[in-house]
Amino acid sequence: MSGVLLLFFLLAGLAVFGAVALILQSHPIHSALSLILVMVSLAGLYLLMGAEFIAAVQIIVYGGAVMVLFIFVIMLLNAGVEERTNFSKLATFGGIPLALALGGIIAAAIARSSGHLPPPAANGAMTSTRQLSMLLFSTFVYPFELTSVLILVAILGAIVLAQREN
Amino acid sequence: MSEILAKYGFLIVPIIKVAILVFVVLTLDAYLTWLERKVIAHIQARWGPHRVGPHGLLQPLADGIKFILKEDPMPLGVDKKAYFFAPFLTLMLALTSLAVIPFGPDITIFGYTTNFGIADVNISLLVLFAITALGVYGLALAGWGSNSKYSLLGGLRSSAQMISYELALTLSVVGVLLIAGDLSLKHIVEKQAGDMGFLSWNIIGLTKGGGGFTQIIGCICFFIAAIAETNRVPFDLPEAESELVAGFHTEYASMKFAMFFIGEYTSMIAVSSLFTILFFGGWLSPFPASWAMTHYLPSMILVPLGLWVFYDGIRYETIFGRIILPGLGAVLTVLGFTLFLAPTVNELIQGPFWFFAKVGAVLFFYIWMRATLPRFRYDQLMDFGWKFLLPVSIANVVLTSAILMWRMK
Repeated sequence: MSGVLLLFFLLAGLAVFGAVALILQSHPIHSALSLILVMVSLAGLYLLMGAEFIAAVQIIVYGGAVMVLFIFVIMLLNAGVEERTNFSKLATFGGIPLALALGGIIAAAIARSSGHLPPPAANGAMTSTRQLSMLLFSTFVYPFELTSVLILVAILGAIVLAQREN
Repeated sequence: MSEILAKYGFLIVPIIKVAILVFVVLTLDAYLTWLERKVIAHIQARWGPHRVGPHGLLQPLADGIKFILKEDPMPLGVDKKAYFFAPFLTLMLALTSLAVIPFGPDITIFGYTTNFGIADVNISLLVLFAITALGVYGLALAGWGSNSKYSLLGGLRSSAQMISYELALTLSVVGVLLIAGDLSLKHIVEKQAGDMGFLSWNIIGLTKGGGGFTQIIGCICFFIAAIAETNRVPFDLPEAESELVAGFHTEYASMKFAMFFIGEYTSMIAVSSLFTILFFGGWLSPFPASWAMTHYLPSMILVPLGLWVFYDGIRYETIFGRIILPGLGAVLTVLGFTLFLAPTVNELIQGPFWFFAKVGAVLFFYIWMRATLPRFRYDQLMDFGWKFLLPVSIANVVLTSAILMWRMK
């Protein structure tokens, strides 16, 4: 148990560190790399919960495909270092109270759960890839097909945008 | 002994396996460079390395010493984080990808049964693809971080190439997955076992009970995409010497350059292993299991090889060679006879023997191609990937699933 807990804190710490670094870095590539760190640590967290398939897909799709495109575009545009401004007034008067409120709500939710979170689904319930795909293509087949239509719309949009120049 | 293993085996055994695998793979990498130079030299009617040690056998050692002793200059204006991180990432991911590959069937030593590989994950194919997907960052970061236009162009080319060919690589495997119905590499190999030897492998597809279908289209697509993924000739545009000096690793020297180099050769080994597992039956013997005589093939190859090395060695020009080569020959001969006389050991090495024989053949093919084919032009590369390889691999998926559906009815 302690080993799993240790891994959890390690991965959670890495994810939070990556998320904070993503905002604080001044160069777009460094920000993108921090985002990759977040994605990979999230995959590790999924693995700890026994969701092997989701963990692998998280790395392949988000860590691999999506972020490679990000990096590729940043490299292609050769984006330079960001310029920094002083805090805007909206951030000082609106942002900080809102951030504190959000932190308070999350802290309260954790405190109320009295340290006994329900365990993740028992082994074998949703973990095996076979069962996952069975569910995806029987119970959740309509949401699944709708998602593919959504992706098709995005592809068509990309083609239309690319064709406009000609 | 067996009590200790039963109690702490889960911790000790993986550590031993990792140590052995890293040692074996790094040695294999070193001698793969020797083999590559020798084979290309002989194809081009040259001798290749032959000064350091007999037949140039100590050349990898000399190269290693040179890599360590070389000065490691850092160009001006590099992005330090990316520049230092990139070679580590490349080597780390290449070595990690070997962790999920099964090199043989499960083995039992001192009463402790374990899998012949480091990790036996039930989604090992997906894990392997996940690690390959991250491999692009090493090249892209090296190209971007070096602050050099050659490196940047090399990095851009490599990311574009890997995005394009990863699709075909992944889709060409789907046919095998449909037949096996499993994402575990171990089960994919076990599904290819049959009474007919190599006819049951996925490339021919005459499995027991008729559940298979020939995956020769998928096999060819996978091999082409795999060469592109490992940036080898004829897809080595990221490091095209005639245009980009050395591409993404132009600004690297010494050990950092060596890390890219080892990473490239390790991923070659990983991809060849995956190719063997998916289409050529992994550790399975090409002969029917009932042919017990073929189990003596390792000794039948080792003994003549050892005798030939011994015979060649005693006539060698240098005294050093006249000591080393006959020694090596004697060791190989004794090894062959030991296998012949110890059936238990012989049974143990059958799986790994066939596995490494097949991987060796694939690696030789890699080198052969490098010596034979010219490099693609960049637009040809993109056209080929998107307009030929991707549609063909999708067609293979449709064809295989249609035939499997038809069989089910």
